[in-house]
Amino acid sequence: MMKTLVIAEHDNQQLNAVTLNVVDAAKRLGGEIDLLVAGEGCAAVAEQAAAVSDVSRVLLADASHYAGQQAEELALLVVETVQQGGYQAVLAPSSTFGKNLTPRIAALLDVAQVSDVIEIKAVGSYVRPIYAGNVMLTVESAEPVQVLTVRPTAFDAVEQAGSAEVVSVAAAAATGLSALLGRELSKSDRPELGSAEVVVSGGRGLGDGDKYRQVLEPLADKLGAALGASRAAVDAGFVPNDYQVGQTGKIVAPQLYLAVGISGAIQHLAGMSDSKVIVAINKDPDAPIFQIADYGLEADLFEAVPELTQQL
Amino acid sequence: MKVLVPVKRVIDYNVKVRVKSDGSGVDLNNVKMAINPFDEIAVEEAVRLKEAGTATEVVVVSIGPKASQEVLRTALAVGADRAIHLESDAELEPLAVAKCLKQVVADEQPQLVICGKQAIDDDSNQTGQMLAALLGWPQGTFASEVLPEGDAIKVTREIDGGLETLQLNLPAVVTSDLRLNEPRYASLPNIMKAKKKPLDSKPVAELGLDVAPRLKAVNYAPPAARQGGIKVENVAELIEKLRQEARVI
Repeated sequence: MMKTLVIAEHDNQQLNAVTLNVVDAAKRLGGEIDLLVAGEGCAAVAEQAAAVSDVSRVLLADASHYAGQQAEELALLVVETVQQGGYQAVLAPSSTFGKNLTPRIAALLDVAQVSDVIEIKAVGSYVRPIYAGNVMLTVESAEPVQVLTVRPTAFDAVEQAGSAEVVSVAAAAATGLSALLGRELSKSDRPELGSAEVVVSGGRGLGDGDKYRQVLEPLADKLGAALGASRAAVDAGFVPNDYQVGQTGKIVAPQLYLAVGISGAIQHLAGMSDSKVIVAINKDPDAPIFQIADYGLEADLFEAVPELTQQL
Repeated sequence: MKVLVPVKRVIDYNVKVRVKSDGSGVDLNNVKMAINPFDEIAVEEAVRLKEAGTATEVVVVSIGPKASQEVLRTALAVGADRAIHLESDAELEPLAVAKCLKQVVADEQPQLVICGKQAIDDDSNQTGQMLAALLGWPQGTFASEVLPEGDAIKVTREIDGGLETLQLNLPAVVTSDLRLNEPRYASLPNIMKAKKKPLDSKPVAELGLDVAPRLKAVNYAPPAARQGGIKVENVAELIEKLRQEARVI
């Protein structure tokens, strides 16, 4: 029977919600799913992991060298776990966490990895975007361990109605190759960009960072939306890079995506074109964003957006 | 310290890619090719380390067909000292590339390898991490800042929630993100000079490694086209559509 190991993404306190989507992807492989929680002082995460539906067991590895989640340390643990547990698949989200970690695991296992899977047809048969989402590749792998990163927005989140057993596993030896010196995380009361139901995104049409905030924040407040931006707006310094939506930023697929003052470069479209409903507000009638928007409003955003905010 | 920078020849990022009608691949006939943009950033970073007096030599390496020598010349023109070409007409998968690079590292003994974080053709984002794993070296992926400090380097990484700073023991592998630097343009005199810089070429087969493909590409297809919608006249109509038709607010 198929046995899959899903690597939980977390910050030692909270299980990241993308893990629920990765478990859904793992379900498509069939068989049994175990969830690995490796961290320091992360018993609370293991409890949350135990409540994830469709998970058989939670493996908890608690050690100081897992606190910073460095790939050098985690990869050794995952390789040992796979070899001892007889797992035939290892799945992680195609977040910066997963992208950093899984190739290291695949190389140590001497197997090819399939990155950013958006569809699982069967064990060993996957669809993934290449060329910035301009081509969909169907790829087959006969590797003894299938190492995949999966795009969370391409899968549903499983329920949290499970009651898996939590099993402590021994930590692997520490490598000490790297040390985490610190993190600067953007603080926000808004929903997380990658998992928000509504995203309000701004482009260079907003002019500068002050206007970006003045125009878009009230609308995002009213809609309970996450704020995003085009690469042009990030490069122009309106907002930090973690706002960026697109091939070189975050891939989002909310229920409603409002593109304000965004022309719609291919690399931006690659990051948001799976959104359920797309609204574009732009004064340029020829902006490419209008070709994919469900509702386009050709208007001056500095008039239209405050009006929209007021009427909602 | 010596810095090694692997570079890949890919379809130019401005080219709109087309899938062959039989789904067997991407049409590369008469298509403009260029150095992978993330690798260009990696080369620039290495050259800046040399200009700052930290790096002593910058060696670039590319694996691919004969034409890959063009991107090596590009890298030499912006300041790399020497180039290695491993010739292969077959496309190598990231694991095979990492195995070849491990061999180059054994020969060249660099203290730092700077890769692009991903190639913009297959978008795998694997090679740097795999190389680090095979070497048993630490990795600093998606780097936006690299600061050498004695026998270690500080790497600031772009992560989903913001930024993270790691200290890596040297030797190490770093992969470049977009904001690491803005690559310079090569001047004409430097392009001329690059033609005289050393470039060694040998077939990948001479390395004696298992580089056979592990994956089978079954089909290439264009993405499902999204249907364009309608234009609304004003804000009131937009709100009505979102409430009554799309039912998303």
